[in-house]
Amino acid sequence: VCFTLGGSDCSISFVSHVLGKICVHGRQKEMLSVLVPRLAELTRSDCIWQRMCWRLLECVPQRWMEAVLLGFVQTAPGADVLSRLLGNLVVKNKKAQFVLTQKVLLLQYSHKTAVLQNLLGYLSLDPLRRPLLVKVLQELLETWGSSSAVRHSPPEQQQYISKAILICLSHLKESEIESCRQELLTSMMEGVKCHLDSNLPRIRHLGMVVAESISLKINTDGPVLKFQYEEDDEARELKSLLVQTTPCCAVPSLPDEEENEKAAVLPLVSDGDKKSPRAAPVLPAEESDTDLDSDDDLVPYDMSEDKELRTKAPLYLRDCIEVLTGCENVDKWEATVKALESLIRKNPAATREVSVELAKVLLHLEEKTCVEGFVELRQRAQVALLTTDPIPVAQYLTSQFYSLNYSLRQRVDILDVLVLAAQELSHPKFHGKTKHSVAPKPGIQLLPGSDSSKDWRRIVDERIKSKTRRIATGQAQVELPSGPNEFNSVAGHFFFPLIQHFDRPLTTFDLLGEDHFVLGRLVHTLAVLMYLAVNTVAVTAMGKALLEFVWTLRFHTDCYVRQGLLSCISSMLLSVPAERLLEDMTEELLETQSWLGDVVEKDPDGDCRRLALQSLLLMENLKKKLQSVPS
Amino acid sequence: MALPPPDPQFVLRGTSAAVHTLHFSCGGQEPDVPLLFSGSENGLIHIWNLKTRRVDTALDGHGRNSVYCVETMGSKDRLLSQGRDQRICLWDLAEGRMSVMDSVFTENVGFCRCSLLKVAQGRWLMAMASKALEEVQVLELPSKMSVCTLKPGVGAKLGMPMCLKLWQLSCGSQPLLLAGYEDGSVVLWNLSMGKALSQLICHQEPVMSLDFDLEKTKGISGSSEKVLSIWSLDEQQNLQVYKTHKLVNAGISDITIRPDKKILATAGWDHRIRIFGWKKMKPLAVLDYHTATVHCVSFSDHKQPSERLLAAGSKDHRISIWSIYTQT
Repeated sequence: VCFTLGGSDCSISFVSHVLGKICVHGRQKEMLSVLVPRLAELTRSDCIWQRMCWRLLECVPQRWMEAVLLGFVQTAPGADVLSRLLGNLVVKNKKAQFVLTQKVLLLQYSHKTAVLQNLLGYLSLDPLRRPLLVKVLQELLETWGSSSAVRHSPPEQQQYISKAILICLSHLKESEIESCRQELLTSMMEGVKCHLDSNLPRIRHLGMVVAESISLKINTDGPVLKFQYEEDDEARELKSLLVQTTPCCAVPSLPDEEENEKAAVLPLVSDGDKKSPRAAPVLPAEESDTDLDSDDDLVPYDMSEDKELRTKAPLYLRDCIEVLTGCENVDKWEATVKALESLIRKNPAATREVSVELAKVLLHLEEKTCVEGFVELRQRAQVALLTTDPIPVAQYLTSQFYSLNYSLRQRVDILDVLVLAAQELSHPKFHGKTKHSVAPKPGIQLLPGSDSSKDWRRIVDERIKSKTRRIATGQAQVELPSGPNEFNSVAGHFFFPLIQHFDRPLTTFDLLGEDHFVLGRLVHTLAVLMYLAVNTVAVTAMGKALLEFVWTLRFHTDCYVRQGLLSCISSMLLSVPAERLLEDMTEELLETQSWLGDVVEKDPDGDCRRLALQSLLLMENLKKKLQSVPS
Repeated sequence: MALPPPDPQFVLRGTSAAVHTLHFSCGGQEPDVPLLFSGSENGLIHIWNLKTRRVDTALDGHGRNSVYCVETMGSKDRLLSQGRDQRICLWDLAEGRMSVMDSVFTENVGFCRCSLLKVAQGRWLMAMASKALEEVQVLELPSKMSVCTLKPGVGAKLGMPMCLKLWQLSCGSQPLLLAGYEDGSVVLWNLSMGKALSQLICHQEPVMSLDFDLEKTKGISGSSEKVLSIWSLDEQQNLQVYKTHKLVNAGISDITIRPDKKILATAGWDHRIRIFGWKKMKPLAVLDYHTATVHCVSFSDHKQPSERLLAAGSKDHRISIWSIYTQT
């Protein structure tokens, strides 16, 4: 539709109606992609055209205003164009204000960053509209800082809000920031607390980046908030939003940074100057010595034994225990810690004699000196211990998991060690070959870190892939040397004690209460143990117990826990043989299936929905497989 | 094919505490017995008879506080001992007496050994770390009058004085003091003017011990790091680094040059005693006997070169006596 207005007295309202109707029917793109550039050009210098454009938009009926506005905001090439086209519509028209300041920012989150830039830039370009910008920022911060929002809204929405906040900050002038500095500070503190409380690393990162940016803006002099985190693409993208390309905004931040840098350099320079006198020149000390060499008649003795003094680690495990529990000699302690794992592996018989004692020592071992990789060394020693003497050590560790007065770190360590040991036990050992590249199920790397949910997706995907290709149980494509699955005899010892007491709160440890981080890790651990227990004798019993466990917790509010529960279901479906599933657990399976369907539709977290969907797929495959086998 | 290092000639046991300081007195004529004085961590000073190799007497003058310096003043009847009870005691040991004649209260809680220099018959100068952190005080003994106080300039962060050596080029010339400090520098002080003549940064870590060769005006210092630093004094009384020697293990507690200036010995934290040729710092031997850090080494002052001994005292309560390079 390309129209030209010849006369000066036309009714634009008809055109507005047409425009509105077209947009509401979803044809915004086609219409506006032609209209907006034309209007942009026409309004560039001509005031009359600007007024006409504003009138055009004002006359759009209320019920179609949203569609039109959204279309404009999305297709406008920049904030200044939007400003020319819309004028002060947002101030004059209530519906427009609602759409632009509330709906687009707080209720929707599917728009691209460019849309946000346009919108917020538009708000900032006119003094009449700037108060709206401040108001918008306050509302955004309120949402960002509310703990229920952080817990229940999807990460994509949180990212959207974070972007909006950063763009707002970049547009605000010094004076405006001054006026609302206190509120910014309060909301930042509250928001940071909720974000850091979350179990998902992505939310934590978002919180940290936004908090740092806010702090940078409100504390232009003096120390700013600085978090330690890994800079990934998301963080970099967010940070880039803080700096606007237009010269009128966000300039204060740059000179401040420079000033801070200069201030930091100066003290260093002055220290260097204070450093005392002259490093004296070294005189060459060789052939200039013309004296008679009376040293020649002093014959040196044999000094080949003169080597660097190295403390030797003890050679026996009982000595190691002694050193670790009481020795004052830090060099010896360090040497012992480094040598422990290999000693344990080389002397299985000796290890079995002192296994529980050593497990106790290792669980309570704290870093005495600054040994590199202490945490890893300790964990490897614990894993070695657990694989050498699984049953008593597993009994000890699982009992300690539910005991009083352990720190969260220690409890999580117990879980990590159990998982690593289970993995080692269930995979055949390869003597003489490098271990790192080999795993019977290819491409699976079990990282018992906070990212186990990602791995689970990969694992389940692979398993599904392998299952759908052949009728027989999917095996690795590469034929690898096999050995007995040592996890078979001990799987139950790892698994059941962990499940036993989860609902019994202790004074310092309440899984169902505030220690939901540990609960999340526990659930993920159970999922891994279940997965590794494939083909073991206890797998059916484990499956049943796990299903009951999942059932009681299925409505947990923490999404990390829910992801773990869903991984449990997946691994159970993968590990328990199909016949056993259908014979012993039919009702539970049906209940679970309906729950999974619910999750797929209603759960706010994207990962949860995906995991639920995969479990449903697995169940479908199971049914099909059993139906296809002739009975 | 080099010979394996020699074993100690004998080992003195019986101090039942770590040995911190040693001093020989073997210059006397017959019937005087060659003696070795040792100061231990339990506050006792043992006088060892080197003929019978047993303790003749034990002096208790520092009230169970570690004795970290013993020196004779002229003869074996006059002994000076310095302990962690902040006192320097002057002993009278003639005719079997064991009494403290006099004592100086230093008010210093550090570990810096004092240094003695005989300036005239019956007159001695003693340099010691004094009460204030960076100061060195020089007293005249036996009058205990203060000769001067050596204070580093404001802003020169030298730290505590760690080791001292008083010397004079010849009898009658003005006495000078070499002091090693906590920040790794060695300073040459002029006592009559009370001013520093020269300062040299020899180490990155505190200077643990130093010794000086008057004839060649060359000195050596050891620190808690792996490097020995050899420096020299030129005509303008300026210190300059001559060379450095890298060790296998870090940490030197004590260095001493033999009176004939041919060899020197270092006491190491790695339990070993190292012998070097002084002229060119040629490593000669590594004596590995002790099982804990060696705190002190000392050469004897025997008139007969063939009888010369080296003693080393260690934290393992033993004093090892060696006869090494006695032919030259």
